[in-house]
Amino acid sequence: MKFLCLDCDEQMQFAERQVPGDGTFAAAFRCPRCGRSVALLANPMETQLVGSLGVKIGGRTLDAPPLEMVRSAIQGRDDAFVEDDRARRSVWSGAAEERLSRVPTFVRGMVKRIYADYAAQHGIAEITPEVMDRARGDLGLEGM
Amino acid sequence: MSFRTYHEVAGPDGSGIAEQVGAQRARVQSRLRSVRRIVAVMSGKGGVGKSFVTAHLAAALARSGRAVGVLDADFNGPTAAGLLGAAGPLRIGDEAVEPRSGVNGVRCVSMAHLLEEGRPLAFRGPQAESFIWRGALEAAALREFLGDVAWGELDYLLVDLPPGLQRLNELCDLLPSPPDVLTVTIPTAESRDAVRRALRAAVERDALALGLVENMVGPQFPGDAGRVLSEEFGIPVLARIPWHPTPDTWHRLAERM
Repeated sequence: MKFLCLDCDEQMQFAERQVPGDGTFAAAFRCPRCGRSVALLANPMETQLVGSLGVKIGGRTLDAPPLEMVRSAIQGRDDAFVEDDRARRSVWSGAAEERLSRVPTFVRGMVKRIYADYAAQHGIAEITPEVMDRARGDLGLEGM
Repeated sequence: MSFRTYHEVAGPDGSGIAEQVGAQRARVQSRLRSVRRIVAVMSGKGGVGKSFVTAHLAAALARSGRAVGVLDADFNGPTAAGLLGAAGPLRIGDEAVEPRSGVNGVRCVSMAHLLEEGRPLAFRGPQAESFIWRGALEAAALREFLGDVAWGELDYLLVDLPPGLQRLNELCDLLPSPPDVLTVTIPTAESRDAVRRALRAAVERDALALGLVENMVGPQFPGDAGRVLSEEFGIPVLARIPWHPTPDTWHRLAERM
């Protein structure tokens, strides 16, 4: 998928991604010549379809964790996985822990690991709800 | 209004979708490098005992010293984990999921490991127009079961396919080269006709047809589907499984593999 600025005949560049949490996603693209921006707004069905391909609009910044799509997409049992404890070594604020507790158990371990990796990669000492919001947008974590 | 088309705009797409898909394929390829032989157990017909054959063949191969894995690709009717005594949680690490060990050390991953008892495979998110994306999600699940499971060194990875042809086609698309196929039929004319289509599809995908297993042989299901298909496709009937097979039945099939 490419976006072309018709006025400049210039390919627009990916700028940012947003996941509002309602099953949709948005991606912004900017013309490097004139600065004009457009937003791609995908409805829930389109979002689901993109998700089913296991790709991220705007590209990936982290490698996909094991069974990423399966764990994100299916309604699975709470005790399906035994996790290693790597993600538990990161520091979580109380509010972040509370928000994480609302993630379904089936997928919580993977979500926790993704946020921990994001924090480590960005030199973030403590994971807070604000860090989670930023990571969601940066990584395209729809529904996480 | 006239403007350039996708291919006329020379720059890569900002998402690198092709690269992401390429990375997915590379992951599958890399993971399966340690697997000597991938065998899809297929039929094209439901209810002929594919999973039963898969599980007993896997156990027999393992009993004779081979390292064997079973990928249960029947996501909507998963039974392999139960048949192999491999139920329970999956251990998940940084890079991969560990398959569960079952009878004779057969390694198994199944959708049954992930679903609540008695619950169907269901996806989160909007259900509208689900026929559009459901197939893509199941294909992605197959890709992840191939590429994200630490199968390790295997002599055989048996892939237990559901009825129909869709999963076989997905498997052929995902693997670096088409799998070998072991085809299960029962003796009846109805099974023969359905299995013929599946075998034809497999051959057209350049899969190597190893042979046929004629299951449920006995007076309950009269017919000669195994013989007819064997002659038609020039492949052997590797086993004729009676209603009450013995361990020796499976041992002989394993040896003929």
